Amino acid sequence: MALHEDPAKARSAAWPDQIFAVLKVKDIRHVGYVPDAGHARLIESCRGDATIRDIVLTTEEEGIALAAGTALGGERAVLLMQSSGVGNCVNMLSLTRSCRFPLVMLVTMRGEWGEFNPWQVPMGSIVEPVLELTDTHVYRVERAEEAAEAVEAAIDLAFGGELAAAVLLSQRMIGRKQWK
Amino acid sequence: MEVSLERRGAVATLLSERPDDLFVVPGLGSTTYDVASLGDDERNFYLWGAMGGAAMIGLGLALARPHLRILVLTGDGEMLMGLGSLATIGVQQPKNLAVVVFDNGVYGETGMQDSAARAHVNLAGVACACGIGDVHNATDEPALRRLAAKLKTFDRTLFARVAIRADEPPRVLPTRDGVELKLRFRRAVMAAGA
Repeated sequence: MALHEDPAKARSAAWPDQIFAVLKVKDIRHVGYVPDAGHARLIESCRGDATIRDIVLTTEEEGIALAAGTALGGERAVLLMQSSGVGNCVNMLSLTRSCRFPLVMLVTMRGEWGEFNPWQVPMGSIVEPVLELTDTHVYRVERAEEAAEAVEAAIDLAFGGELAAAVLLSQRMIGRKQWK
Repeated sequence: MEVSLERRGAVATLLSERPDDLFVVPGLGSTTYDVASLGDDERNFYLWGAMGGAAMIGLGLALARPHLRILVLTGDGEMLMGLGSLATIGVQQPKNLAVVVFDNGVYGETGMQDSAARAHVNLAGVACACGIGDVHNATDEPALRRLAAKLKTFDRTLFARVAIRADEPPRVLPTRDGVELKLRFRRAVMAAGA
């Protein structure tokens, strides 16, 4: 191993690949996303996969409606978004709740540990209570090795029980955004 | 001066001799009542909320069930709230999705206030600009009948704006139970076997 290769860092770089493997095993066919740097590697994997349809959204609430449509059609979708996007979803989550649609949101957190941009803090700091107020079950991930397991649990809960679930991937785990 | 169509007559024309494989997502408000006025059908997923979401529900459904035809029938106000979804649909281009907007230029449900579509925003132009190739602007009966025929045969993403009068026919209210609407719609999808 080269000196600059830190084993802890190598492990943490693998979490998007581990999540992707879970999406494949769990037969996820549609991935809707508004791009985020934290999700870049996972988005790239989804875009390169022949059985997953990647759907770039103009705003995250589109994804809530998209996932309702795929559920009506009997297929599974997962949404990728940044914490700020959770705020954009609030009213559309009425659709999920009124009809008890399955929903899985994988949220990369901003506005918490090591945040450079204070404008990310107001939404980032209320993601968890907002999701709880909308009956979305929250799994918070602080360590890279827990990410895949949390995604698997969220998928099983959502599609097994027709419920909404979100996995919050902490900013500390993802790594701070580099500002230069 | 464009001719404006009567909405209940227009929906009846569009859905006359409805093919078995045509599934309909009516948008929140008057278009839900319009579709319900033709008689209830398990292949209708009526919206009682989710304003701005009708076209995206249709997109998800179209992608998940490529062998069914999906018609989103919504109003100008509902479409304007989800205008970005036309960009999203323009990227995906599902062959089996049609979005038809009943455009009367007003918010009928809330007291006929003007929408941005009244003399200012050209919804068919927006759809064109988003890369949707099969775009129609139906302002009279012959154009409406051509559109109705097209809804049975279209083979690429379709968008149509239908000019309707700003009136308010008697409401026809389908069930408001979202879980029931979901379950019966899914049964109909499974029964369609596609």
